[in-house]
Amino acid sequence: MSNYIKLIVLGLVVLFAAIGTNYARDLAYQVHAVLVMLIAGGLFIWTLRNTDEPDILVDRSSEYMDDVIRYGVIATAFWGVVGFLAGTFIAFQLAFPELNFEWAQGYLNFGRLRPLHTSAVIFAFGGNALIATSFYVVQRTSAARLWGGNLAWFVFWGYQLFIVLAATGYVLGGTQSKEYAEPEWYVDLWLTVVWVAYLAVYLGTIVKRKEPHIYVANWFYLAFIVTVAMLHLVNNMTVPVSIWGSKSVIVWSGVQDAMIQWWYGHNAVGFFLTAGFLGMMYYFIPKQAERPVFSYKLSIIHFWALIFLYIWAGPHHLHYTALPDWASTLGMVFSIVLWMPSWGGMINGLMTLSGAWDKLRTDPIIRMMVISVGFYGMSTFEGPMMSIRAVNSLSHYTDWTIGHVHSGALGWNGMITFGALYFLVPVLWKRERLYSLQMVSWHFWLATIGIVLYAASMWVTGIMEGLMWREVDANGFLVNSFADTVAAKFPMYVVRGLGGVLFLAGSVIMCYNLWMTVRKAPAKEASLTVAVPAE
Amino acid sequence: MSKTPEKQPGDPNTTGHTWDGIEEFDNPMPRWWLWTFYVTIIWAVIYTIMYPAWPLVQSATAGVLGWSSRELVQQEMVAFEEANAPWNAKLVETPLEDIARDAELQQYAVNAGGAVFRTWCAQCHGSGAQGATGFPNLLDDAWLWGGTLDDIVTTVSYGIRSEESDDTRYSEMPAFGEILEPEEITQVVQYVMSLTNAQSDDAAAQAGKVVFEDNCSACHGEDGAGDVIQGAPNLTDAIWLYGGSEEALTETVKYSRFGIMPPWDTRLTEAQIRAVSAYVHQLGGGQ
Repeated sequence: MSNYIKLIVLGLVVLFAAIGTNYARDLAYQVHAVLVMLIAGGLFIWTLRNTDEPDILVDRSSEYMDDVIRYGVIATAFWGVVGFLAGTFIAFQLAFPELNFEWAQGYLNFGRLRPLHTSAVIFAFGGNALIATSFYVVQRTSAARLWGGNLAWFVFWGYQLFIVLAATGYVLGGTQSKEYAEPEWYVDLWLTVVWVAYLAVYLGTIVKRKEPHIYVANWFYLAFIVTVAMLHLVNNMTVPVSIWGSKSVIVWSGVQDAMIQWWYGHNAVGFFLTAGFLGMMYYFIPKQAERPVFSYKLSIIHFWALIFLYIWAGPHHLHYTALPDWASTLGMVFSIVLWMPSWGGMINGLMTLSGAWDKLRTDPIIRMMVISVGFYGMSTFEGPMMSIRAVNSLSHYTDWTIGHVHSGALGWNGMITFGALYFLVPVLWKRERLYSLQMVSWHFWLATIGIVLYAASMWVTGIMEGLMWREVDANGFLVNSFADTVAAKFPMYVVRGLGGVLFLAGSVIMCYNLWMTVRKAPAKEASLTVAVPAE
Repeated sequence: MSKTPEKQPGDPNTTGHTWDGIEEFDNPMPRWWLWTFYVTIIWAVIYTIMYPAWPLVQSATAGVLGWSSRELVQQEMVAFEEANAPWNAKLVETPLEDIARDAELQQYAVNAGGAVFRTWCAQCHGSGAQGATGFPNLLDDAWLWGGTLDDIVTTVSYGIRSEESDDTRYSEMPAFGEILEPEEITQVVQYVMSLTNAQSDDAAAQAGKVVFEDNCSACHGEDGAGDVIQGAPNLTDAIWLYGGSEEALTETVKYSRFGIMPPWDTRLTEAQIRAVSAYVHQLGGGQ
């Protein structure tokens, strides 16, 4: 019966997409309509072929749902390489503008590829890592199979469709021009549907958990899912110009729009890249270190402090703008109070290793996780510092900001995700061990040196350009032209690009290592995938 | 995977729960962490009393210090403006040709003009005033509309071929693609190339000379040396705004060119215009 409803819905989607293709007012919309039509059409045929076939009922309710996590791991690794490649390429586009090829103008120039890079890394790589690890962690720490049957599959594939629509949209010119919220209205609507399904799967699993308490990692994951939903809805309040076109107009205007954008933008960092990844950290570090978490008290206090404070810090992105001074002060003050709550996560991560420090010598995965937490601590100190108005007046709009987000994204998010992938692949594919620990070491060093080159070059060039911009002579006259600062940055841009090459190379080695682990590493015999409460 | 973590001698108590083999120690929060957290909170309260911070119904608390970012920047700008006011007045009063004679005034004009140039002119003419294709080099002594200080002030003030100014400098080369035969265009291009001793086809250039005299010499002169009154470029100095290759010249003859410079008298003060003109004049090519 449900198949007949599915067929009707899919049929209607195909029809609507076909009409959309016909009436499309712009290229991005048209390509997306064709894409949706093909996907819905394929699903229609697939559903039709399976209709009235005898159901093979296997009761899997006592097993963990790991297939979707395996797909998530592959998607994470794949989108990671795509995102790093895009980033490295645009880094060289900045150093060598000739790479904005004449034949690709309007499609592959820096302006089009830059959001592709940020979205690929944050939402495709980071998002898939969060979805996959959260599905893994919530099952293991709740001793329950994912709730909602195939809904988890819908979340996974629905999210991939969102990524493809977003990425192709940027290249074809469909964008709202809001940082980290570039996808246009219909892509936003689709993500909303997927995200609600994600929340349902996650909450449903927690509700039917067999453990008496909810593990700390799940608090962070849940905070991430709930807050991102709220941010996404408020920052994407747009009115489409036409249902047959990608263009939409935001309902907020002026400084209110700017403030909502950075309330969203900063909490994309706070809840997507910090809270979500802290959830990852709280599971994989104690597992890999085989040590208890350092302090339950610290985790509960720093969790609530972090959740409460982060949401107010957005105005520090708008110091010395049309934003009133009072809002700017509050943004700065909350950012600085946020310093210790952020560091609570670092302390809990690092101190969990006390009693297992010797593993740093023998286990490159632990090393990866430790440096990740180290970069987390460094970025969460640097962030509050840069939010101070006096510092911000120098650092704002410079490459220092770019360096800051990359020491966070490459160092913290990247490294903890690599650690989690190295942990997960042998478990999910039932292997004794990884194919090669030496390759993990190579990955570790390439990535670490890459990040150091990246962050150091951006500090130098950021502070340099900040100083050059503000330099005036005794009469108050500007000393440097903007083009002078661009020219002065060239060597640092090359160094940054090389840092990206090293980081990318490390991730390629990781992919090979994970692939060979699945292909060649010895199989593990009896492994436990049945949902049993730990106690 | 529910391997029990290794317990070590001296480990504190755990909270008693286990999730997938993970336990939690009942350690207290580190004191230094807690105290730093408290200090930042106390600091936050004090800071928000000192500075504008808390939103009220119609306004926000102004802060005990009376600090305002807009006022600060205003004060700084006013201070510079006041300090420079006598110099700016002198710059406007002094006849153009006398500015360079007053070493101190010239020094001020070049300094101020340099800043104006880097802010408003460098986008097209380059931060070193070296120009680019379609944007004249201001370092050499080739001037389309004249290179005296007075000429430069006029160009800066009213722009070139600008719709925004009635006093703008204006001239328009016809698109000869609609006037001449393709063969004639080839010939005249060869002739123009021969003027600068570029590699050219002698026979075509000879024929082109006639085409040039009939069609081009009215503006560019019999000898091709140009005419600053009409903004007609000198074709004999091997300085090319849009390129001197056969291809570029053919395009110029066929479709013409129509470079535009905006007028600055609506955006800059008289003193700023004089300053930037003095700056450009002394770059190397001023007449």
